[in-house]
Amino acid sequence: MKKLNRGVAIVGTGMSRFGSFPEKTTRDLFVEAYQDMSASVDKGFDPNDVEAVYIGNFSSDLFEGQGHIAPIMADWVGLAPRAATRIEDACASSGVALRQGILAIASGAYDVVLVGGTEKMSNLPTAGVTDALATAGDMLFEIPAGFTFPGFYAAMATAYMKRYGASADALLQVGIKNHENGKFNPKAQFQASISDMMAGRIAKAQQRGLPVPTWQTEMDFMHDDKANPLIAWPLRLFDCSPVTDGASAVLLVGEELAKRFTDDPLYVIGSGQASDAAALHDRAELTSIRAAQVASRQAYEMAGVTPDDIKIAEVHDCFTIAEIIATEDLGFFAPGTGHEAAEEGLTSRYGLKPINTSGGLKSKGHPVGASGAAQAVEVWKQMRGSAGERQVDRDVDLAITHNVGGTGQTCVVHIYERR
Amino acid sequence: MTTEQLIERPFTAASFQAFMNEGKLMGSRNRDTGEVFVPPRPIDPKTHGDNMEWVELSGRGKLAAFTSVYIGTSAMIDAGFDRTNPYIAGIIELEEGPRMSGQVTGVDSLRPDIDWIGRPLKATFVERDEDGKLRTYLLFEPAE
Repeated sequence: MKKLNRGVAIVGTGMSRFGSFPEKTTRDLFVEAYQDMSASVDKGFDPNDVEAVYIGNFSSDLFEGQGHIAPIMADWVGLAPRAATRIEDACASSGVALRQGILAIASGAYDVVLVGGTEKMSNLPTAGVTDALATAGDMLFEIPAGFTFPGFYAAMATAYMKRYGASADALLQVGIKNHENGKFNPKAQFQASISDMMAGRIAKAQQRGLPVPTWQTEMDFMHDDKANPLIAWPLRLFDCSPVTDGASAVLLVGEELAKRFTDDPLYVIGSGQASDAAALHDRAELTSIRAAQVASRQAYEMAGVTPDDIKIAEVHDCFTIAEIIATEDLGFFAPGTGHEAAEEGLTSRYGLKPINTSGGLKSKGHPVGASGAAQAVEVWKQMRGSAGERQVDRDVDLAITHNVGGTGQTCVVHIYERR
Repeated sequence: MTTEQLIERPFTAASFQAFMNEGKLMGSRNRDTGEVFVPPRPIDPKTHGDNMEWVELSGRGKLAAFTSVYIGTSAMIDAGFDRTNPYIAGIIELEEGPRMSGQVTGVDSLRPDIDWIGRPLKATFVERDEDGKLRTYLLFEPAE
């Protein structure tokens, strides 16, 4: 069993507002996340104590025409000449940046490390974003077949539905639940439940004298081809995470130093990371993500805890099917039963295993390279009881984050403890 | 299948495409275990062995997973697909064992059915003009 040679604690977390911000660049977003993080450190911190910076970013090159962004982020928050390194593992970039920061402290090389992520996606038109994200797939052997990212996860959904008899409604239920959570997250891109959106559209139609939609239930809205169009059958718009601008920041310190910064730190007790085949078609299974299974097994073993011990999870719901598969890969539900758990409400804020109380990537937004570290922001809030109206109704002493790159070529998992 | 000339070619994407341009679906086979890889791999990820030879595949297989894509890649949009005319992207399990990705034609993309999974398919080659240069693509269509 692998252990860290030195314990690592989180003493501050922050994120920018997630959304579409034409006037902001990656560096503006990261500064916002850094300042939010800085304000979260209970006893304050001296920026001069930070020794290294790890920044997750998928593709500022394609999205913004800017490469080499780690030193730029370090410079813009006043941390040059500290070592600054960019981590690129597609949508798992900042989850892996978090892991690199943890390993750097555990090794003894550094005592205080800033990690985070930043992504500015909204400059490009939809087709440009589709093509940029596609480069996280296999450009030689799967993108030429016409696969897009929604398409990959849609294919996984068909394999899952065929094998386990799941319905497309189970997927839509995940979207409904995540919007119900994102409604109460003031940093989320969409702070509205599906019911709120329906009411808004009905009011708008009445105001403009247009035909008023006749939806009775949230599922009526979800089944409406106009309100919720197909993107890649069976996935619809509300099965897909949005195009998002945003950044995240986390301050890590050696465990023995944590109380200098706060009386209420989080301890990272488990960390795991794995890879898998370049193309989805080469995976052993199309209905699970092996990298997630391997990474979570590593993290559970290091932490000495089991899936049953975990109180809440932030998982990588880039698409609704991904959340269902994640809850199985993490060991919360048996293979093929995650869709039933979603339909039965077991993953809601009040359920057996609250998943994505932040709103998840679906409602909070998915600035791809920033999403992994942003999961730690939600865990920080829930574990310290500062999540406001979306705070879960139980003591959260153990939590897990699950961050996937691409279609499962990368997965990184972390387990957090409050003592 | 002749050998001499084939053995000369490295197990690369360029070789795979060159064979496709000749109307052949070719993979690599581990001489020690018989396992076949399409597209060709120079190293067997299971055994780490690299004792590979070229092998021609039948192009027959069955659909393992798929989607009907309404918002496509730029290349597919340029090829004329859009929201009213979606296309099917599939993962096909070849009868020799490996899976590959390919566009599936000859089915109604506006009425996809989960029970298409498992359906027999066969490969066909089509040439597409890409900026004045012809490139051969592999498509799959129902075998029955």
